[in-house]
Amino acid sequence: MSEPLTRERSSRLDRRRLLALVRKETLQVVRDPSAILIAFVLPIVLLFLFAFAVSLDVRDVRLGVALEADTAEARSLAAAFAATRYFSVTPARDRRELEPLLMLGKIHGMVILPQDFDLRIGSADRGPIVQIITDATEPNTANFVSGYAEGVVSNWLAGRDTRDAEPVRLEPRFWFNPEIQSRRFLIPGAIAIVMTMIGTLLTAMVVAREWERGTMEAVMSTPASILEILLGKLMPYFGLGLLATLACALASVLLFDVPLRGSWLALLALSCSFLVPALGQGLLISALARNQFVAAQVALISGFLPALLLSGFLFEIDSMPIPIRLLTHAVAARYFVASLQTVFLAGDVWSQFLPNMLAMLTIGSIFFSIAARKTKKSLDT
Amino acid sequence: MEAAIAIEAAGKRFGEIEALGSIDATIERGRLTGLVGPDGSGKTTLMRVLASLMMPTSGRVRVAGYDVAEAPDKIHELTGYMPQRFGLYEDLSVIENLRLYADLRWASAAGLEAIFARLLDFTQLAPFKDRLAGRLSGGMKQKLGLACALMGRPQILLLDEPSVGVDPVSRRELWKMVGDLTREGMTVVWSTAYLDEAERCESVLLLNQGRLEFLGPPADLTRRLQGRSMRIRGVDTDRRRVLSEALDLREICDGVIQGESVRVVLREGADRSALEALARAHHGRIEPVAPRFEDAFVDLVGGGPGGHSVIAEKMPEVTLPTAAAVACRDLTKRFGSFVATDSVSFEVRQGEIFGLLGPNGAGKSTTFKMLCGLLKPSSGTATVVGHDLRHATSRAKLELGYMAQKFSLYSLLSVRQNLEFFSGIYGLEGASRRARIDEMISTFELQRYLDASPDKLPLGYKQRLALACALMHRPPVLFLDEPTSGVDPITRREFWTHINGLVRRGVTVLVTTHFMDEAEYCDRVALMYRARLIALDSPDALKRRVATAQKPEPTIEDAFVALVEAEDAAQGGSG
Repeated sequence: MSEPLTRERSSRLDRRRLLALVRKETLQVVRDPSAILIAFVLPIVLLFLFAFAVSLDVRDVRLGVALEADTAEARSLAAAFAATRYFSVTPARDRRELEPLLMLGKIHGMVILPQDFDLRIGSADRGPIVQIITDATEPNTANFVSGYAEGVVSNWLAGRDTRDAEPVRLEPRFWFNPEIQSRRFLIPGAIAIVMTMIGTLLTAMVVAREWERGTMEAVMSTPASILEILLGKLMPYFGLGLLATLACALASVLLFDVPLRGSWLALLALSCSFLVPALGQGLLISALARNQFVAAQVALISGFLPALLLSGFLFEIDSMPIPIRLLTHAVAARYFVASLQTVFLAGDVWSQFLPNMLAMLTIGSIFFSIAARKTKKSLDT
Repeated sequence: MEAAIAIEAAGKRFGEIEALGSIDATIERGRLTGLVGPDGSGKTTLMRVLASLMMPTSGRVRVAGYDVAEAPDKIHELTGYMPQRFGLYEDLSVIENLRLYADLRWASAAGLEAIFARLLDFTQLAPFKDRLAGRLSGGMKQKLGLACALMGRPQILLLDEPSVGVDPVSRRELWKMVGDLTREGMTVVWSTAYLDEAERCESVLLLNQGRLEFLGPPADLTRRLQGRSMRIRGVDTDRRRVLSEALDLREICDGVIQGESVRVVLREGADRSALEALARAHHGRIEPVAPRFEDAFVDLVGGGPGGHSVIAEKMPEVTLPTAAAVACRDLTKRFGSFVATDSVSFEVRQGEIFGLLGPNGAGKSTTFKMLCGLLKPSSGTATVVGHDLRHATSRAKLELGYMAQKFSLYSLLSVRQNLEFFSGIYGLEGASRRARIDEMISTFELQRYLDASPDKLPLGYKQRLALACALMHRPPVLFLDEPTSGVDPITRREFWTHINGLVRRGVTVLVTTHFMDEAEYCDRVALMYRARLIALDSPDALKRRVATAQKPEPTIEDAFVALVEAEDAAQGGSG
């Protein structure tokens, strides 16, 4: 009985054993309602939510316009306000008519065209020609109201000036998302959230479940190597993640009217790259937390929340404070969200994709190497 | 030929805690060796070390000729290991589980179907091969777990507590199967907390608190007790009083109730005249009995506790206005289409210990929970001291004390806070509440631990605290749900001393237990099987029912198995 010691064999890979583990895991996924729920039902719910319920667009803002000067110029500006699709205008003759409405929250702001309106336009130094008052209890809307109202005024002024023969005319154009619909960039971002849920949450939980039920102990007592055990776990969830991505992408294009301007190949390559850190993180969590409750909590806090808050999905990274902005570089979802928005709305920009994929794979390999060090074929902790 | 397993000065520490002291032992090939010890004695740790799932922190362990620390892969090839709860995938079917483990253990692909057929036949699981493992009964799961561990024909089979949660009938079948395997030359290590199982092993490693107390054939250990185990029969007074007095004798190291008799063990070299005097005083007679492994265990660790219960002495004499302390009639509980309890009727008299016995899933917990007002019956009635549990639930609850499995203490509260909490929920207030808490602290000697979490208490103290909480409002009826599971024999004896003392004060006790020999403490035992009450009698009467010429003195487990088999036969093997 003196064969050479066979420690290095713990990293061996045997096709029959690996297949057996993959088959087992697949059967479990198919039979486990919670896996189907997380992989297919939850994504669809999330997509619907982001498509219809969550919208960062501000529409139908109610604005009062007090036309205190009854001149042709003033009426023309008032008409410009009424014409924009962003405001629904409540006209008035006097600001005092509008004040109670603002107090009651019936309008979000008011624009006052004062009696000396023509005089103000005509004056050489041209001070403020209108007064804008907003309801700042909703700062977002207030910002929007003042910004857009100013825009309307300057547009109107520009139009008026051109009439006086000015050669240059500015017309804003929004590329990639001409109607500026937030749905168009939210839905690609939602795919990143869904993949985080599958990759990190589901993986962390199914491994923890094996610890809880004692099946991990039984499998570890067989000749299966740790590599086989881990790959047998990861491969089905990698496949499941890709399937869910595909389902989400199809739903986005067919149901939610999001264009896919890039190629499916690019989408696939990006998704594969993102699944590496997502699964790696799940595996790392499961190596540290051996019960489902802790695993789920850690996965939500370290996976889901950063993907939601720090990926640029809901909040623009450029407007974050510098320390937070630096932190986002460690969040794999950040690179995925940026690339997804590009691949859906702009097209295949490989000069952006490649560095992002590299970043995701780097983060993923860090997770995997820590997880590999922490996971032993042993019950010793 | 080298021994199957050689353990040399092996120890295992988890941080500060020493799970295994320095252990030296060898396990011979082709034998059934029992790894025996109470919960927390280090059995599972040693099993995991043998399966090379944990590394010893000191010493060496060689399994099938390979060092567990150096060649885990070799050991995983040569051993089959069944962990606690059997390591089955509950959402896979029987055959899928078998196939998985066959692939993982590289059972030769050729003739795989023949191997499955043989194992399914061996375990009698063939009719259920497409059933999900999660839907199998405890006994069937255990057999499937065994079949999975047998894949790839291991030289050594390691079974970690295979008989927990399994009914005695399935337990016997498993013993038979393991016997067949050892006859074919396989080495089997079977760990168990049931000391009576040790007697069936060819060789035993007895562990207690991480130390090896004994190694060898179990008969070698029980032989030391020859002439020291005896039984006092035919006493004309309360046998619980006789036990209490016997345990207070210096010459007695252990004693338990056995039906109508009291079973005692003399200390080594002790004189039996005091015991004889005691028996004479109660008009009983002493007869010798064969020593049991449990006697030997208790003797080995220095004897059990005395027969005095301070808590019982503080308890005022209980007299109930009704003859029946607890009664139920046609009690039924359905969960959807599943009937957990099927029209069960019985009456528990004041001052008796009434046992509910049955395999897991037989409906004893459901029945129990309905009787103490934790579950609403689907139909039928139940009363506690005359209060109907349907209409006067809270009145009824004030009359009973409840001790749940695993003690149900709040680990985030200190010992004192637990006492305060439980006195509060039972409606004690002001000075009487303080007085009662102080009384509990002094009688159960909890002063030292008042600010500690119950989790940090030694097992025996934890049990005292749980009992103190249940007794806080001095209830005339006590419900104990598996009170001694996970508890070592000494702590169990201390517990029964308290219970016996309380019963002598007139307290009525309802108890569920899966320790068959504990049923002997009961005045009457209700045997539940498949949601129905199949027998209700005193332990001695149940045993007499199944006594035969070959087996004139059956154990309560024999009675259980025979009654269940008779029931199955009467049902025509249906279900």
